[in-house]
Amino acid sequence: MIVSFVLAALLATSVPDVTLADVERRFAHGSDTVFVVNFWATWCRPCVTELPVFDHLARTSGSYSRPIKVVLVSLDAASDRSTKLEPFIRKRGMSCEVVRLNESKPHLWIDRVDSTWQGSIPATWIVSRNQRVLYEREFTQQELHDTLTQFLKSSPR
Amino acid sequence: MTTRIGRLFAVAMLALLTCGTMLAQNPMAPEGVKVGDNAPDFVLKNIDGTVVGPRTYSAAKGLILVFTCNHCPYSVKYEDRIIALHKEFAAKGFPVIAVNPNDSIVSPEDSYSKMQKRAADKAFPFAYLYDETQVVAQRYGARRTPHVFVLLRTRIGWTVEYIGAIDDNADNAADATQFFVADAVNALLKGTKPAQATTKAIGCTIKWKKG
Repeated sequence: MIVSFVLAALLATSVPDVTLADVERRFAHGSDTVFVVNFWATWCRPCVTELPVFDHLARTSGSYSRPIKVVLVSLDAASDRSTKLEPFIRKRGMSCEVVRLNESKPHLWIDRVDSTWQGSIPATWIVSRNQRVLYEREFTQQELHDTLTQFLKSSPR
Repeated sequence: MTTRIGRLFAVAMLALLTCGTMLAQNPMAPEGVKVGDNAPDFVLKNIDGTVVGPRTYSAAKGLILVFTCNHCPYSVKYEDRIIALHKEFAAKGFPVIAVNPNDSIVSPEDSYSKMQKRAADKAFPFAYLYDETQVVAQRYGARRTPHVFVLLRTRIGWTVEYIGAIDDNADNAADATQFFVADAVNALLKGTKPAQATTKAIGCTIKWKKG
């Protein structure tokens, strides 16, 4: 029992690596779900300041007209995963899903997300089955709520 | 007739210029320059108290203009590589000019005195300028740190020949396989255009003044 508890605790704070293709596959299987994907990193101060906004959205996602899935995509380096990223998540007790993007060559993958993205973070990608919008900006709780509400209105099921 | 066309042209140019200025004044969406554009001239205060700009480099064939700062971990990761670029290319006519565009109230680590300290600690061999009004970052359309603009001297000023990242691996210089800035400068030194004239990279947002 102790072993399983320790294992569960470890699993709860391990951050899996994903590729951009993995993230996109999630979208493809998402059916009616609208994904709110936040690109961030532990070293990015405005990103860290903004994280509670996404945590709040994850906890209140039931109040929207469609299923909402919040995913935090960390751009921390692989070498910072166990020393910075995972301790950070553990300490914060984040309630939304956290993954680490395992992609090199940002000059190639940034454009695959959105050709208008200049590469600064935080950036937030709101994705439905038929619409994808990249917001290269920071959000307050109210701003994210308003933006998501507008997105849901403009994005037919 | 010719005069009327000339006048129309002047009005159109004025409208374009005004429009460009308005866009440049919105710090959240700086329009900036594109590859092939003339590079805006500027002078800014260097960490040694002197005033420096592109015209300071009267013998240069071009310039490696790097928007960077003290606090951003991505800028820090690239510091040694920016120093190496200067050491390699200043002698060939392409010195580095580093510009810190961040507001020191929003980002106290990027204040002028902290810039002086960082430059001394790392023995920066290049000018490190403070863009206190953020006008230079806005005119160029710098969007993140680090963000590089390679300029080439022309008969009347400078043109923008490359905009983007230093190389393709921020985390580890040893793992980089494409050296965008070095390749661009080497192409210009040979009298050709950079094969890859723009690239994107992850970086810190520029800390624009609030209010």
